[in-house]
Amino acid sequence: MARIEVVPLLEIVRETRDTVTYRFRADIGGLPGQFLMVWIPRYDELPMALSYLGPVKGITVRDYGDATHVFAEFRPGDRIGVRGPYGNAFRLAGERVLVVAGGSGMASVIAAIEAFAQQGAHVTTAIGARTAEDLLFVDRANASGEAHVATDDGSRGFHGFAPALAETLMDRKKFDQVLTCGPERMMKAVVDAAAKRNLPVQASIERYMKCGIGICDACAFDGQLVCLDGSIFTGEQLAGIEDFGHFRRDKSGRRIPV
Amino acid sequence: MFARPKAFSASIDSVRRMVDLRTDVAGVLLRNPTMLASGFLDETGGSMARVYQAGAGAVVTKSIGPEPREGYPNPTIVELDAGLLNAVGLPNPGIVEYEHEVKKALGAGAVVIGSVFGKDAAEYANVAAKMADYGVAAVELNLSCPHAKGLGTEIAQNEDAVLEFTKAVKDAVDVPVFPKLSPNVQDIATFAVAAEKGGADGIVAINTLKAMAISPELKMPFLANRFGGLSGPAIRPIGVRAVYDIYEKVEIPIVGVGGIGSGRDALEYVMAGACAVQVGTAIISKGLGIFGEITKEIASLLEDIGMKSVREAVGVAHG
Repeated sequence: MARIEVVPLLEIVRETRDTVTYRFRADIGGLPGQFLMVWIPRYDELPMALSYLGPVKGITVRDYGDATHVFAEFRPGDRIGVRGPYGNAFRLAGERVLVVAGGSGMASVIAAIEAFAQQGAHVTTAIGARTAEDLLFVDRANASGEAHVATDDGSRGFHGFAPALAETLMDRKKFDQVLTCGPERMMKAVVDAAAKRNLPVQASIERYMKCGIGICDACAFDGQLVCLDGSIFTGEQLAGIEDFGHFRRDKSGRRIPV
Repeated sequence: MFARPKAFSASIDSVRRMVDLRTDVAGVLLRNPTMLASGFLDETGGSMARVYQAGAGAVVTKSIGPEPREGYPNPTIVELDAGLLNAVGLPNPGIVEYEHEVKKALGAGAVVIGSVFGKDAAEYANVAAKMADYGVAAVELNLSCPHAKGLGTEIAQNEDAVLEFTKAVKDAVDVPVFPKLSPNVQDIATFAVAAEKGGADGIVAINTLKAMAISPELKMPFLANRFGGLSGPAIRPIGVRAVYDIYEKVEIPIVGVGGIGSGRDALEYVMAGACAVQVGTAIISKGLGIFGEITKEIASLLEDIGMKSVREAVGVAHG
């Protein structure tokens, strides 16, 4: 069985005003799009995407609740528990790739952006955020292709949401693969836009999880499990999933709007 | 090295037909003796349908109580060499909301057994009555969750409570009632006798064993609840012994559970006295194909030793 490993944090980097990257050494493999269950001792254990692969792994976390708020105060040398990697990986098929990410969703796709670039694909990334200060990994995306930016308040780049920017890019350039991660309604818009143009699309889905290993059923997604069957689902799969863009499960298992 | 089998596509069509794998537990007819154990992939109707379609003879629901319940904060599970340690804390959407999930599983053709809990006999009876109304084939009483405080699961650590809760549920439903017993007691067979006196139609044994794991680096238990219940291969010999003892003391059928991951494991329970078995933790390493694999291996082993049916093998170890 995959035992939890307790590791010290080596480096902590503030990426935006509310988002931090934590680096640590863990000999556990990992592919673009996979996630770890990360134990923030005394507070919680949460699924987090690998934002850096290789021997020194990284996770990039937005401060959105009690546990992540405490996590934001962690210093190098403090220890966390990690287990995984879990879930499937992005399929790295395509020569001209469009990646559409919103907010901290960039953390889930940045490793795929870099892997695509390394194998010679041309990667265009549309990064959305509320304001210019909230944009994540623009430099890393630019280093692996070209990054376009959208902000809700127009403080940088395209004034509006990432899917609208993505649609203008889809109409201007030719793509043969689309990846997306971000708020679910945003991803729904991206998946619909790709489907309309017959483009293959992969979306990284986020759900509350307890186990991460396919037994607790907390991340049930219309008969699929986000932790085991996903977290990456194709446009064809998502077309048959009623919950996508509409419903999630709360901690008790009740079906509630996303 | 962490690749998990995606074995959700098992077929049981290839099972040898010379051996009769059908069984029944107090009138609940099963196409094979494997059931999904409560607490695994059974919070939603879609997942239960999938497990049934993958080959389980029946699925037992997550333990459902009167109200929605979030369960404990994470970490709620720890994987150990010995098995799986969990303190999930009985999360469930509540019996009212759960109707949709049961109906969805039943609509897909699954044989569903509804697991219930409450804080007292009346709550057990009320939840069980609603569960029975939804159309389940039987109800399982969770009298044995080792890590939920102030609930019947903890109160039922004495024989009188087991008898009382069982009787209250029996009076409230027309379907068979199967109390699930705790191994965290001096003599589990006396609890089975109490359940039988209360009118139980069958016994499910065993639930998890109370256990703990500690992180030396962090100087604290891994689980947010500090302790939890251990399942998996380490508890199988304990479960087999429990079923063997219970079989000696009661007339009602027994469902064996604890660390079953192969047909050979299942047959140990059957020969100790179980007429069906439940599988949970082994799904982690083997995927949902495990139900078909176990069924196939039971058939092949029984054939090798010249037995014609699962029914014929029940309790043979008692000589």
